[in-house]
Amino acid sequence: MRYLESVLTLEFDAEQCNGCGMCVQVCPHAVFRMENGRAVLADRGACMECGACARNCEREAIRVRAGVGCAAGVLTGLVRGTEPTCGCSKENPSACC
Amino acid sequence: MDRGYWMTPTEKDGTPGAGGDCGCAPRTVPLQSFLPRTLGRIDTPWSDGVVTTEVGPVPRVRASLTSRDRIATFRVRSGIGRDNYRVAPGLYAVGNPTPASPVLVTANYKLSLDRLRGVLPGRDAWILVLDTHGINVWCAAGKGTFGTNELVRRVKAAALDRIVSHRTLIVPQLGATGVSAHLVRRLCGFRVVYGPVRAEDLPAFLDAGMQTLPEMRRVRFGLRDRVVLVPFEVLSGGRYALLAAAALLLLGGLNPHGYALAGVGTAGLVAAISVLCAFLCAAILGPMLLPLLPGRAFSVKGAALGVACVAGSLAVRGSSPAGLHNVWMHRAAWALIVPAISSFVVMTFTGCTTFTSLSGVKREMRFAVPAQVAAAAIGLCLWVIGLFLIGGRTS
Repeated sequence: MRYLESVLTLEFDAEQCNGCGMCVQVCPHAVFRMENGRAVLADRGACMECGACARNCEREAIRVRAGVGCAAGVLTGLVRGTEPTCGCSKENPSACC
Repeated sequence: MDRGYWMTPTEKDGTPGAGGDCGCAPRTVPLQSFLPRTLGRIDTPWSDGVVTTEVGPVPRVRASLTSRDRIATFRVRSGIGRDNYRVAPGLYAVGNPTPASPVLVTANYKLSLDRLRGVLPGRDAWILVLDTHGINVWCAAGKGTFGTNELVRRVKAAALDRIVSHRTLIVPQLGATGVSAHLVRRLCGFRVVYGPVRAEDLPAFLDAGMQTLPEMRRVRFGLRDRVVLVPFEVLSGGRYALLAAAALLLLGGLNPHGYALAGVGTAGLVAAISVLCAFLCAAILGPMLLPLLPGRAFSVKGAALGVACVAGSLAVRGSSPAGLHNVWMHRAAWALIVPAISSFVVMTFTGCTTFTSLSGVKREMRFAVPAQVAAAAIGLCLWVIGLFLIGGRTS
């Protein structure tokens, strides 16, 4: 299954890549692939913006606006005037997850 | 303290055995007080004594699941008592681990711990449970509670560097959203190796010398994965559907002359049933048929499902004796309300999936929410107007 691809925020600066391969390891949707010792974007459209690759990139070559792809979370954020949140916090553990 | 047997005392109240109000009296209560706070608890139904280490005793958990664990899992999946499905964070043992045994990191959500220990029969390992406030690994990692700081804190608190001789932590891949491997190494000297997404692949991963196959790194979202989410989907949205149904049931009594209880049993009842059917249709069929429904936006998939449901019910009802539903205005009303409901319900399913992005969800909500609200509002107006027309005709 694929989702809306045109609005994705994932950006990869190949110049900065040191070929550690961490992004390939952590991505749950095989967005990255190793090619000649460097990472390349293999399937950008499959990105779900979880942010794992960016967090584990020591060279900060990856940028993505990470967040929860959850409509209820976006609504909660709107109501509370905060960032989209799925509500699973210490104060409000009645969460979806 | 009244929810379930898995409830463990918080660090604050710290009373050993406070979870014993469920008839499962802790077996080894007194020993708990000798254990450092930073280690796990030994007085749970899944405890299995302690393992002695240089630093002190480490509680051991059973490396297999009992029927009791499975019943509890079903309960939590259905949304009963899920808020208290926590495990005391800290270090645990499985089997008879040595300083060379691997360290597996997980969240203090009991389903996460169950998944992990369920695949470890016959193995020796250490399990480091992070405090994620009872939330699973992926969601907690997204929040950052399953994160670099908590991991480093737990490693230090458990004196892991004195318990194991190696310097490797196996973190589930989905925890990578919150954990920075390079920062963990810098902060506590331990190297993070990301394990497979699914616990079931863990034995193969360990046997292969901590190597993941590409397939182990992919998140799946098959029919089975979607079906287990249906009970929660139904129960979490059910109360709103029931409220809406009750409101329509009462409104059904409206007529040109004021209000008559007779209408509640006819128009009101039909409306209430229609709303509940629309909700159930979306909450059950939506997740199951997800790949088959047209469009990429979930709101579009949901609307399509709703239109199909309306078409189906009109086809069935069309041949029945002229009921209230045959007033064209009510048909139009339901043709708007049902897709609006199913569109919204399926749209909220984005939060349960493994492939929707925040940007995508925001994008679809920008056009879907106004459309859903408009369709529902117009539909409701038509329905109320229809009530007056029916009332006018039958009186």
